[in-house]
Amino acid sequence: MNIKPTAMDRFILAVNRLLLACIVLVVLVPLIYVAVASFMEPTALLNKGISFHLKDYSVEGYKLILSNKAMVRGFLNALFYSGAFALITVAVSVCAGFPLSIDSFAGRKFFMTAFVFTMFFGGGLIPTFLVIKQLGMLDTVWAILIPGAVNVWNIILARTFFKGIPRELSEAAKVDGASELTIFLNIVLPLSKPIMFVLALYAFVGQWNSFFDAMIYLENTKLYPLQLVLRSILIQNQVSPEMLTDRAQAAELKRLSEIIKYASIVISSLPLLIMYPFFQKYFEKGVMVGSLK
Amino acid sequence: MAPAFILTVIFKYIPMYGVIIAFKDFSYSKGIWGSDWVGFKYFEKFLNAPNFEAIFMNTLKLSLYGLAFGFPVPIILALMLNQLRRQGVKKNVQLMLYAPNFISVVVIVGMVFIFLSPTGPINKLILLFTGHPVNFMSDPGYFRTVYIVSGIWQAAGWSSIIYVAALAGVDPELHNAATIDGANLLQRIRSIDLPTIKPVMAIVFILSAGGIMAIGFEKAFLMQTALNLPTSEILPTYVYKVGLKSGDYSYSAAIGLFNSIINVILLILVNFVVKKLNEGEGLY
Repeated sequence: MNIKPTAMDRFILAVNRLLLACIVLVVLVPLIYVAVASFMEPTALLNKGISFHLKDYSVEGYKLILSNKAMVRGFLNALFYSGAFALITVAVSVCAGFPLSIDSFAGRKFFMTAFVFTMFFGGGLIPTFLVIKQLGMLDTVWAILIPGAVNVWNIILARTFFKGIPRELSEAAKVDGASELTIFLNIVLPLSKPIMFVLALYAFVGQWNSFFDAMIYLENTKLYPLQLVLRSILIQNQVSPEMLTDRAQAAELKRLSEIIKYASIVISSLPLLIMYPFFQKYFEKGVMVGSLK
Repeated sequence: MAPAFILTVIFKYIPMYGVIIAFKDFSYSKGIWGSDWVGFKYFEKFLNAPNFEAIFMNTLKLSLYGLAFGFPVPIILALMLNQLRRQGVKKNVQLMLYAPNFISVVVIVGMVFIFLSPTGPINKLILLFTGHPVNFMSDPGYFRTVYIVSGIWQAAGWSSIIYVAALAGVDPELHNAATIDGANLLQRIRSIDLPTIKPVMAIVFILSAGGIMAIGFEKAFLMQTALNLPTSEILPTYVYKVGLKSGDYSYSAAIGLFNSIINVILLILVNFVVKKLNEGEGLY
């Protein structure tokens, strides 16, 4: 039964809709501004800002970005780091989450405590840095891929999911003589595609957007992921000389630096913003499963 | 099990052991164990440092203000979204509000620099009204505002998910009954919707308050300019500078440890207080 809203309620609802519309605008306008600006002709952008004359539009910003070795290399590096990191994270989290989901597993309490403790207390930046250095991982891709692969949150996500799989399934298999390993490989894993997908998505996005580990562990610029290249362009205002190849003059640099910023923002954010609407329900699932203790 | 546990031991527990360099004069040639003990020398050095108070208060203020403004916004947003009756509209609005969450911190800060530059779009608007451009990024007075507002812009939508989901569990019959009793929408939100999400609010609050001194290093670091350092220098960025820029490992580790310990104390304290206020419902 639905009760007809009173005049007062209808008024509140209308105000609510209006406010939400404003909020949506506040969220979207900066994004749209960047997208439009990235397609402007550099000089027009510098002198007039955003305009609505067709002749002020060009794809010069994108040409500059695509001809820039550091950007392209960073993009490919980020793709590799994110993909590999996602695979490793899923493998590690699932392998740890499964035993923790079995009540009869003897060390369950101990391991769980050992993992959860690290969520609240850690050695900190320098001691971690020293370990990585001691292991000879400085300036290698391993420093990016390995230390972050164990994420307690992910392990809890996986464990919570496994707990939701009816125990009868594995008990039936046990009666038929299957070992825990067979059960894991043949019954649990095939059922766990959704959670593995969620974990992989989160790991991919997290790695794609991160710059800190790369900043402290990598020196070789050839290994730099996209975000680190972006940092020098957007924040340190260093448009690398190779970006301007044969026309490296100061005036030219000033003319082009704005458009390069806008275009690089679009190029770097596009992969995620495009894939996100398709995977929205998986991302939301991650939030929800994680919130159940 | 084994890989995760081994990795945790190597990358989490060994660094915890390594934290003892905070109490030693660390030198490479002697190693962590061989370096000489100096007790609390580096902690005293930090507590007596001329910039200690500024950095400590910056960290505290940035997080407290961030929590004070950042915590209620997603809740209000969720209550508003919950009133959208048409599911299609609601889904699309959510889709748009969640989008900024997927933008990297480098890009967010980059956008902040572009939009707030003295010649950027925001200042063009300000010029129209006052005639004086505001230099947001080099004025220490604006650092916290910019940090918190851009944070809310990015994260409020995404943080509202958990509340939206909790609100979906409210029995519509409760609302119908209250309407018959003459309650208007705002009264119903206050006495039906809010109590429903109270447990979720408590958990989110404990978790974010526990992380008060662990605020994101990355964004503050990226937003720092030479001129806004008086407000933008916080403990984590200082740890980074002392440790990795100047190579003063022991001093940096001591500051980092100081920060972690305050965190743990805060988490325990907040959990205790919320438990009392929330009729025994805490996190642990």
